[in-house]
Amino acid sequence: MKRPVFEYSWGIHPPENKVQSTERPLEDAPLPDRLVLPLQQHIGAPAQPLVEPGTRVLKGQQLASANGFISVPVHAPTSGTVLEVAEHTIPHPSGLTDLCVVLEPDGRDEWTEHRGIDDFSAVAPRELLDYIRDHGVAGLGGAGFPTAAKLGSGTDSDIEFLVLNGVECEPYITADDTLMFEYAEAVVKGAEVIAHLVQPREILLGIEDNKPEAIEELRKAAANSPVQIVVIPTKYPSGGEKQLIQILTGREVPRGGIPADIGIVCMNVGTTAAVWKAVDSGEPLISRITTVTGKAVDTPRNLEVLLGTPIRSLLEHCGVQRDALYRLIMGGPLMGFTLTDENLPVIKTTNCILAATREELPPPPPAQPCIRCGMCAEVCPAYLLPQQLYWYSKAKEFDRAEAHNLFDCIECGACAYVCPSNIPLVQYYRFAKGEIRKAEHERILAERSRERFESRKERLAREEQEKEARRKARREAAARAQAEKKAAAARGEKPADPRADEVKAAVERVRAKKEAAATPAAPDNDNQAG
Amino acid sequence: MSVVITAVLALLGLAAVFGAILGYASERFKVEGDPVVDQIDAILPQTQCGQCGHPGCRPYAEAIANGEAHNHCPPGGEATIIALSELLGREVLPLDEEHGEEKPRTVAYIREAECIGCTKCIQACPVDAILGAAKQMHTVIVDECTGCDLCVEPCPVDCIDMIPIRTTPKSWHWDLPQPGHRLIATDLRGGLQS
Repeated sequence: MKRPVFEYSWGIHPPENKVQSTERPLEDAPLPDRLVLPLQQHIGAPAQPLVEPGTRVLKGQQLASANGFISVPVHAPTSGTVLEVAEHTIPHPSGLTDLCVVLEPDGRDEWTEHRGIDDFSAVAPRELLDYIRDHGVAGLGGAGFPTAAKLGSGTDSDIEFLVLNGVECEPYITADDTLMFEYAEAVVKGAEVIAHLVQPREILLGIEDNKPEAIEELRKAAANSPVQIVVIPTKYPSGGEKQLIQILTGREVPRGGIPADIGIVCMNVGTTAAVWKAVDSGEPLISRITTVTGKAVDTPRNLEVLLGTPIRSLLEHCGVQRDALYRLIMGGPLMGFTLTDENLPVIKTTNCILAATREELPPPPPAQPCIRCGMCAEVCPAYLLPQQLYWYSKAKEFDRAEAHNLFDCIECGACAYVCPSNIPLVQYYRFAKGEIRKAEHERILAERSRERFESRKERLAREEQEKEARRKARREAAARAQAEKKAAAARGEKPADPRADEVKAAVERVRAKKEAAATPAAPDNDNQAG
Repeated sequence: MSVVITAVLALLGLAAVFGAILGYASERFKVEGDPVVDQIDAILPQTQCGQCGHPGCRPYAEAIANGEAHNHCPPGGEATIIALSELLGREVLPLDEEHGEEKPRTVAYIREAECIGCTKCIQACPVDAILGAAKQMHTVIVDECTGCDLCVEPCPVDCIDMIPIRTTPKSWHWDLPQPGHRLIATDLRGGLQS
């Protein structure tokens, strides 16, 4: 049975460049002499470190625990000693530092105790979600959203489709292709675990028709399972979550919403396999498949890499030619970002390391004025008007950019790819989004400051009032006492001195003391003096 | 003649009726407070620093509504001036340097080892963002600090620093792309250097 694919007009056909890295079989990357594990490899709250410098840890042991619901822990990829928990540069377009655990492997690769779940269908969904989170599973496809949180939104609503994303549309990247070819069984099994959690009516695995070997393997693995393999045409960016959902189901995710709102849960195939690994054997997410490719490496290939492995060691393993290396990119050529340092580690979301030569990725030609040709609008997978967004972003008219649905932009770069004027469109959108988010953040802060300022003013006024009231009360009491005294004097009475008794007692005490001093031999002298 | 009188009477009658309706409406639907002041206050950064010469953002908002210049707010800077100009239909002016210059946002930091617990900074803080008690160490609640630096001056031991807020990977965002040379491609080929 062939499932129909819904029609769409957007998208581009950039040169695929995928063959280079699929010619060699998958192999393990060499063990580096140190692993750097950022505490934030996912979207949400950073993990809380559990170890201190000098701690010896076993493979699979938690180094940092999840901090809240939208967070995942970080595990030790191999056994060794923690060198430090400190700020290190992280793989991020900003090039800034963040807290990382640095681990020195001991080479013994000694596992901590771990076991999977024998029958996952007997486990309650809540418990299974916690189990998945505790095993560090976050989205391996793109942004790294904590998988348990995503599935949690699916368990709460009525889900019609579970969509598995095996599209991998960006040029050069073949990590998911390799995963589906090598671990088709794990992908199908993982889909069954997720299906147990979200109870979909149908399970669809979308895959582009440029991966025939993976399709073959998946069809074999899914022969006796509810997973349907749907082959879709090769086009960029079909692998975007919302785009794939549209292609497979014809539905559109509402603005600002999530797929669960329209009865869909979408999962990357790598994440699905990681879920199965955790459930089957109890192994947390400590490694992933990463493509190392580009003309600046001699043997482009896919590697099973321990998280935290420095990119330098992968490049050297694949025979990097340093003089030919012009740009080092994490991710693909369209959505990835340039790295300035080879010592940055591989993290949960690193699907590709692209070591490109100058001929491969030449510096962008100078931007020319926009000629309003409209090609960007034709290819936009979110049906936006990229040129309008460009004008508004450039002129810093952010409210109008927002009114033109800037936040629906997935930053795929298709518009910039087709732009005949070579305008770096996506950069403008990223700038505008950043400025809008910053302004919103500042607005919230200002609102809070205003409230605090107002309540402080109120408090001060209240305190002043209370002070005034006390002063008044004292004044009145004094006036009353004065009046009484006067009245008594008028009656001819001698005013009773309330302190007369006290004075008398004090005089007595002094006399007793003097007497005691006169007879120093008295045995109880000290006691009295004390 | 009677036609003219009828017309005049009719118009007078209409004027009286509409006047009564308008008079009633102006009482019935009277707006409490001054909406312009609220709108201005919403644009001001709420730093409560007093650099404008008023004891807080709200009083300055009231002063602007009463005709004071809208370029006396250094923490708000250019963005605030532009927003105020748009709201009030006034000219965009450069920031009045008498009141200070636009600086990146900072937060107060108390060097806790040196703090003697005098509570002077606590009394100075306009948003109650400093925590402490007499003869106890004080500390700043960073998330609530507006960076107004009103606490720096009263400190008798000078143990308060204003430090710029660190950019984290979370707060960082992309810059506007640098505009390249605006030469047309054929000019470039002709050997023109940019």
